[in-house]
Amino acid sequence: MTPFTHLNAKAAPLPMMNVDTDIIIPKQFLKTVKRTGLGVSAFYDIRYNDDGSVRDDFAPAQDAYKGAEILVTGENFGCGSSREHAPWAILDMGFRCLIAPSFADIFYNNSFKNGILPITLPKDQVTQLMQEVQENPDATIEIDLEKQTVTRGNKFSFHFEIDPFRKHCLLNGLDDIGLTLEKSATIRSYEEKRHAEKPWL
Amino acid sequence: MTDTPRTLFQKIWDDHVIERDDNGTCLIHIDRHLVHEVTSPQAFEGLRMAGRPVHALDKTLAVIDHNVSTAPDRLTNLGNEDSRIQIETLRTNCEEFGVQLFDISDKRQGIVHIVGPEQGFTQPGMTIVCGDSHTSTHGAFGALAFGIGTSEVEHVLATQSLIQSPAKSMRITVEGKTAPGVGAKDIILAIIGEIGTAGGTGYVIEYAGQAIRDLSMEGRMTICNMSIEAGARAGMVAPDETTFQYMKGRPMAPKGDHWDMAVKWWKSLATDEGATFDREVVLKAEDIAPIVTWGTTPEDVVPITGSVPNPDDFDDENKQNSARRMLDYMGLTAGTNMTDIKIDKVFIGSCTNGRIEDLRVIADLVKGKKVAANVEAMVVPGSGLVKQMAEDEGIADILKEAGFDWREPGCSMCLGMNPDQLSPGERCASTSNRNFEGRQGKGGRTHLMSPAMAAAAAITGKLTDVRELTE
Repeated sequence: MTPFTHLNAKAAPLPMMNVDTDIIIPKQFLKTVKRTGLGVSAFYDIRYNDDGSVRDDFAPAQDAYKGAEILVTGENFGCGSSREHAPWAILDMGFRCLIAPSFADIFYNNSFKNGILPITLPKDQVTQLMQEVQENPDATIEIDLEKQTVTRGNKFSFHFEIDPFRKHCLLNGLDDIGLTLEKSATIRSYEEKRHAEKPWL
Repeated sequence: MTDTPRTLFQKIWDDHVIERDDNGTCLIHIDRHLVHEVTSPQAFEGLRMAGRPVHALDKTLAVIDHNVSTAPDRLTNLGNEDSRIQIETLRTNCEEFGVQLFDISDKRQGIVHIVGPEQGFTQPGMTIVCGDSHTSTHGAFGALAFGIGTSEVEHVLATQSLIQSPAKSMRITVEGKTAPGVGAKDIILAIIGEIGTAGGTGYVIEYAGQAIRDLSMEGRMTICNMSIEAGARAGMVAPDETTFQYMKGRPMAPKGDHWDMAVKWWKSLATDEGATFDREVVLKAEDIAPIVTWGTTPEDVVPITGSVPNPDDFDDENKQNSARRMLDYMGLTAGTNMTDIKIDKVFIGSCTNGRIEDLRVIADLVKGKKVAANVEAMVVPGSGLVKQMAEDEGIADILKEAGFDWREPGCSMCLGMNPDQLSPGERCASTSNRNFEGRQGKGGRTHLMSPAMAAAAAITGKLTDVRELTE
């Protein structure tokens, strides 16, 4: 996994609440057997007109936000289905960091597995950030995972919370499976004990 | 540790911790892993690239459900090219890694969350995962069951464990008895309406109270299934006699001495007297009426006797804007009586309401009646065994006679990954779990409700209070 340490990039606004994973990547694109190539289909129904042109009201796909690597959005982002195609699509679209007042659990979890940093900030701070990126599409936002800060030049700087284990994995680009397999002996002894106590399991 | 009163969730959690780090993050053992074709290909590919085997084949079961056609000719026609590739990829992966698969031609094939309980693969006290958010269904047995993403599917395949941080606990007590015409689906829709789609975020919910105890296993599964629609990590109900009766004799349930040992353990799982929850919510069953949704999130509920809400009446400006957008998408006008809303399609099925009990309820209601001329109604049994049972009991004949389309088992129109979809602007009375924009087909308009309410709508051609049909 690609480590995430530091990001200095443009941010795109998506001021909607309850953006569910069906919106992020509609079902017809789940039929892939790969992780890549979903970016062009991300947010399909709210991004494209019927003739395939980009909708004017979908800011993240406008020229002004070209190259943005941060997405600022509303509450309960990523609710609904567990499809990891949602973070895959967002990553493939070019975003490495998401900022919202809250995220749905499974989506939040899936993001970390793909080197995406989801940042939860209080609602008023997200509103401030949203206004800033709407008014100044060229504004660069600085994310420092080590220090746990979101900074916009000398205008504002916010601190965010993150689980220490997740932070460690992201900073070092660690693969969970590799980490767990180092504990094979512990896993085996747990399984043997469990089988002895509850042999039907 | 055992002296402190513990909740059902805490007991199961403690029992599965392999290792705990200083921050509370745990490596937990997984007892059962269900696999389907949509969220597994990249996980198997990961194993293949790393040269890793499946760690515990006896704890892993695969089913084809999301993509599969529900048409009678499906054994020879796998639908479009992409669906065919995904289905065949699962077959190849199961064969290569040695995972047991219920293929389309197998009588036991069906929706993964119907199949697990039906086979006794799902049991109380277990941790159960699947790359599908509705895995919460299995919590009805007093198991800790939750949906995971594909990276975690690969993690479980490789290690039979997961890295997890502990959840907060919430108890939702539904006191008293429900009124006639009100069932499990109405209870869970009322709960989601009460706490909201993000109300359960970070929590594992335990459902308690007489109205929950009175439910069959099928009803409890409907409740736990939709825990994810309230944002919860999982939902669960403590196992009791109803649970044991359901379990006994299932093909994969414990047998002989093991059965007795298992029941003894299962009985010890209920939340201890004096155990505390991070949040408690209490509802009165008698206050719950048959419910339908009006918007595009499952919290947008209204009793069938109510009307489409006015966006201006919401407190929060964001909610007002989102309600306007929803009414526009749903093609509804504020103030319209719910019972004046005409429908085009009816979908009865899904992991929420595709069980035999659901089909019995609708057969009773529609016997001798006809589906309205303006409506296309389909019934999709949750598994091959549910289908078989319904045919043996004469349910299928009653439904066909009434004009329902009787299909083969699968996820069908719940998520429209297969040919069963709504067309733009079509309005559907659906027993599924999500009314999201485009969920059942681009531009499709979904109203969630119970099987009884959906059957009533099929007969009258509009949203209907089922109590008026049965009086």
